[in-house]
Order: sequence, then C-alpha cells, then structure tokens
Amino acid sequence: MIAEAPAAPVIDARDVTIRFGRLTAVDGVNLAVGHGEVFGLLGPNGSGKTTLIRALCGLIPLAGGSARVLGRDAMRESDAVRAGIGYMSQKFALYEDLTAQENLDFYSGIYGLNASQARERQAELVEEVGLAPHLNKRGAHLSGGWKQRLALACALLHRPRLVFLDEPTAGIDPVARRDLWDLLFRLSAQDVTLFVTTHYMDEAERCGRVAYLYLGRLLAMGTPDDLTRWPGVTPAGSRRVEILGDDPAAIFERLRDRAGIGQVTIFGRSVRAVVDAGISDRSLSDELHGAEVRPTWPTLEDVFVTLARAREAGGSS
Amino acid sequence: MNGGGFRRLRAIARKERLHIVRDPSTLFFAVFLPVLELFMLGYAIDTNVRHVRTIVFDEARTQESRSLLLRFTNSEDFRIVGEVFTDRDLAQALVSGRARVGIKIPEAYSRRVQSGRTGQVLILVDGSESSVAAEAVNVGGAIALSESLERLLEGRRMPVEARPRVLFNPDTRSANFFIPGLMVVLCQMMATMLSANAVVREKERGTLEQLFMTPVRAGELILGKMLPYLGLVLAEFCMIGLLMVIGFGVPVHGNFFTLLIIALPFYLSMIGLGLAISTRAQTRDASMQMTIATILPSMFLSGYVFPLDSMPRPFWLLAQAIPTTWMIDVARGVILRGAGWADLWMHAMVLTAQAVVLLAISAVLFRKRLT
Ligand SMILES: Nc1ncnc2c1ncn2[C@@H]1O[C@H](COP(=O)(O)OP(=O)(O)O)[C@@H](O)[C@H]1O
Ligand SMILES: [Mg+2]
Repeated sequence: MIAEAPAAPVIDARDVTIRFGRLTAVDGVNLAVGHGEVFGLLGPNGSGKTTLIRALCGLIPLAGGSARVLGRDAMRESDAVRAGIGYMSQKFALYEDLTAQENLDFYSGIYGLNASQARERQAELVEEVGLAPHLNKRGAHLSGGWKQRLALACALLHRPRLVFLDEPTAGIDPVARRDLWDLLFRLSAQDVTLFVTTHYMDEAERCGRVAYLYLGRLLAMGTPDDLTRWPGVTPAGSRRVEILGDDPAAIFERLRDRAGIGQVTIFGRSVRAVVDAGISDRSLSDELHGAEVRPTWPTLEDVFVTLARAREAGGSS
Repeated sequence: MNGGGFRRLRAIARKERLHIVRDPSTLFFAVFLPVLELFMLGYAIDTNVRHVRTIVFDEARTQESRSLLLRFTNSEDFRIVGEVFTDRDLAQALVSGRARVGIKIPEAYSRRVQSGRTGQVLILVDGSESSVAAEAVNVGGAIALSESLERLLEGRRMPVEARPRVLFNPDTRSANFFIPGLMVVLCQMMATMLSANAVVREKERGTLEQLFMTPVRAGELILGKMLPYLGLVLAEFCMIGLLMVIGFGVPVHGNFFTLLIIALPFYLSMIGLGLAISTRAQTRDASMQMTIATILPSMFLSGYVFPLDSMPRPFWLLAQAIPTTWMIDVARGVILRGAGWADLWMHAMVLTAQAVVLLAISAVLFRKRLT
C-alpha cells in the first residue's frame, strides 16, 4: 500500500538501508516527497526516523540504496544539499548561554549571510515567529515553545526549500504545539517542503501524506484518508465500533477477553473495538447495560497498530 | 577561502568568545587556576637545599668546637634549631623530624686537634629525604675539609682553588629554572583542555549535530574554534610571564616577543591535540581524563621535571618527539640564557612541523565526525 511517487521529487530515497554494526536501523526504505508537500513520518521510538533524516542530510553513509535530496546525491554532494535544507533536531540544539539574538546572528554567519542580508532576513523571521519580546533572553531561559520557534527561525535563515523537523512538538504545551503547526502551514504556503516526524496522531492527520516506519521498515505511505480507508485495517467479517459509556474503564475490562471482539482501546471518554460482523450494535449495547454503541471509521492510529501487529506476527503488508 | 567561508569562520570565533565570557567556570579555570598553581608550585619547588634544620650536641664546648659550628651556620645550608646534651636526645630529634641533621662534637675534639691527631665530628643525616641528605653529606664533608686545610696551612695561601661560576642563573635559584618550564606546562594543559572541552560540550548538548547539518566545513569549524582559545592561552602566557618577573624576580634575559612567536605553533599543536581528543571523547569527564593521560607523560619526559641529559637513550629519543620538550628548552633559552633567533630557529621549525602534523591529524579525525 505504497502510493505512487510524485514527479520531480524533492526527496528521492530508494532502498535506503543504514546499519550500525549489526543493527539495521533503516531497512530498504523507498520514499519520494514532492515539492511543497507536508510529509509526516511516524513511528515508535527507535524505529529509525532520526537516522533516516540524518542519512538524507548526508551525515550517515548508506549501507545500501541511494538518496537524492533537492536533486543531488545526499552523501557525495552533501555541501550543496546542506546549503538548501533547514534542520531542526529532536532536542533543542541551539546555544543556551547565548541570547536568541546571538543565536540568530551565529546562524546567519554560518549560512554565509552578509550583514544587511542577515538584518533583513532576521527581521522577517522574528516577525513571522513572533520572537521580538524574547530576543535578549538567553536560550536557557526560553520556554519550550519559544525554543522551538527560535530553532525554526535559525533553520530558516537561508531560505531553505526543504526543512526537516524531527519531533518538533515533543515536550511543548498544546497551545505552543498548535501555534507551531500554524506556522508550519504558513511556511508550506510559501512553497517550502516540510518533512516532519512525530508521535502525535492528530499531527499526522494534518500532514498531506504520511509514512509509517516500524523497526526500520516502511509499512505504509499515503494520504491520511487513503490510509484509513485501507480495507486491511479492519479484518474481513468484522467492523469497528465506538462505545460511549459512563465508565470506559469498566467497558474496556468487560470487552477485553470477550470472544468475537479484538483491538479494544480506551479513547478518552469512549472505547473503540473491532467486533465480529455477527454481533449487532443492539446486542452489544444490552450487554453493556445500555451504553451507546455506534459504527465508526478506523483512525490513523488503528491503521498503524494493525500494521505493527501484522509485522510482529510475521506477516507483511 | 571565499566570503561565505570567512563569514562562517568569524561567526564561530565570535560565538566561541561568547562561550568563554559567559562561562565563569571556564574563565576561572583558564585564567585564575594557572596563576594559583604558579604561586603554589613556584614557591614550593625549591630544589636548592638551604637552611636545613640542624640540632647540635656540643660535648667539647671549646673555642675550636664553636668555630667549627660557626662554619656550619655561615654556610647557609644549615640552620641550627637547638641544642641537646645527650646522645639520646640527639637521636630523638632526628627521629621526631625536629631536625634533619645532627652534629655531635665529642669532648675530645679540641684536645685531639691540638695534639695533631684527627679530630672527629659526628654528623647524623636523615636519609628519608634524599636530596637533603646528599647535600648535607657533601656540605658537611666540605666544611670539615676546609677546616682541616686551614689548620694544616696555618695562614699560608690555598695551593689550589676551584672557582665554579654558574652561568645564566648565578644564584642557582630553582625558581629561575622551574618557572619558565612551569609557564609552558601550565598553559599547555589549559590549551588542550579548553579546546577539547569546546567541542565535547557541543557534542553533549547536541549543538554539534545541528552544526553538521549546515554548510560549515571541518576546517572552518576547527579554525574558528581555535582562534579565541589561542588568544586566551597566549594572553595567559604573557600574564604568567609578567608574574614570573614581578612576583618571583626571574629576569628575562632574551626577547620575550621571540618567545611568544615561537610559542604560537606550540600552542596550536596543543589545541590540535585537544581537538583530536574531542573526536574520541563523548563527555567532558572523559575528555578531561584523556587530556591528563596524554599531557602527564609529556611533562615527565620533556625535561620539565627530570633533566634530559640523564635520561636513558630510548626515552631521550621519545622526548625529542614531544613538542613540550622543545618549547621548554625555548623558554629556558630565552628567559635564562638570553637566546635569540640564531639559537632557536631549529626549535621554531621543529615546533611548526609538529603543529602542522597534529593539526592535520585532528582535521582528518574531525572530518570522520558523527558516525
Ligand atoms: N549512532 C548510532 N550508533 C548505533 N546505533 C544507533 C545510532 N543512532 C541510532 N541508533 C539506533 O538506531 C535505531 C533507530 O534510532 P533512531 O533513528 O534514533 O530512532 P527514532 O528517531 O525513530 O526514535 C535505534 O535502535 C538506535 O538505538
Ligand atoms: Mg528520533
């Protein structure tokens, strides 16, 4: 279930394999990201997301396959590639003992801007991310959300056409998270291609296309809609229901071991489950003392859980 | 180097300067600690044996015995700290460490001397401090010898006299000998440790990875990081030089500027060494340990502590490969002997060659970075 490649891709990875000694961290990954896309890469911790990004930036040699970024070979032409990309690492990687302004100045120099270019571009970005009140604060004294905005501003100084964001919203509060995504969409509207890794399903749903990486293998790729409509996610002869009751934990306990019901998960105030087609909403509701039972679509999370389980069971997608 | 390269270099050097200024512990470590060590070591290290605590048991109590004791006191090597009246007390004074040397003049001393027989004096020396013991034995022997000669010659002139003249360090003050070496070694430690830290700190915080994602090149990064630390180390070198002159009264016989110029490639080597260490160490603790592990042997082999001339051949050869050996020789040469370019051009060339090799190695190691 891998969608077809876009024409003239910004990222073109073919059979990318990366090894650390015996460990194969990334295993035969094929992916292509088109111009202006917001591409989401999902996967649990240790699945190889950061490693894949590093390889695409030419920082880690490939054990196999090829990676072209912005039309150039990621490893052999890494200088040219790096001049055209922005990168925001998964933890704050700016200087905590320097002020926001000094960090911006430093990266302006690193990207080779001259004094007037730097002034102009910094002013634009400070306006864009709203950093003005915090310019004279040291990195260490900025809150998580502001750190991320500063990091983003630094990564954008040289007007990159492609930006890698490795878990940009890990550990920041929900408001800052939403603000950051709004910013990302404004960027995307300016024709910048975004490659974002995340843990959050709601963020994945906002991406134009998502890919799911599991233990180094790419299990799925496509638009969120395509993925949730994938028939394999709900086994033949079964359907998905959502159950709303006063005590989701009790419902969960009841259903977990009941025959004919699988993949039971609590989802806030509701419980989601896959039930045999033979069990009607009505009978299930009666069984659960009148809790409301209604049919539902699979979420992205359902898709990924299903894929991961299938992979663990030794199947292939 | 193109305009972008220069701007990158300048950005890194400026940032590094900010780190130095903002981090009080580095500043303390870099500037104050070497000065503190200079004063501690400069005053403590005195290999000249002087004013050795001496206890006296004068059984004779005659004019002859007193004149002999006066000779001991006048030599400045001995300082009489007390008098005892029994053999037991004499021995006890040495055991307890109250005195390092005990002099016993037996009751029969004057009588024997006057009657032309050998007057015997017992000198007990505490051997637990070898340099003091050796010196006390020598000086004690010399005093007895000159006393004997004067008595034999009875006012006639000495037939032979050796007049040793110690060149370059006329008072044979050990401070003069040690501080130039100390100055080199203290700044060496500082250069290596600071530059290793400068990279490892960025590794620890993940900022190095971010830098590697930019178009910055290994050479620009290395040079940009090196320049501020080179400046700091040379400033420290001058400061210690100034303190050496003012605080310890060590005169500089040559041109300090010459010394500074030759020190430049030496400290570049040491900064290069620090960078090489930083490519191996993952934490600052590890880099500290690796720095000490590489610097300590070089200190012992460099002639800073043990004289090169008395080293076994293989060690002597090894010492020639160590930049510190050459630099200490330059420092002593300029400061003590007034050596100039005519004497030191060879040193300057060797130090420059060593710097080129070390920096090339560290640049290669650095380029093989993150993986
Ligand atoms: N430099 C490295 N050396 C050895 N193993 C590594 C290195 N970097 C990552 N790994 C391993 O590769 C796997 C993928 O890691 P990573 O790419 O960081 O995952 P993710 O970003 O998806 O959490 C993990 O098992 C990790 O331990
Ligand atoms: Mg990661």
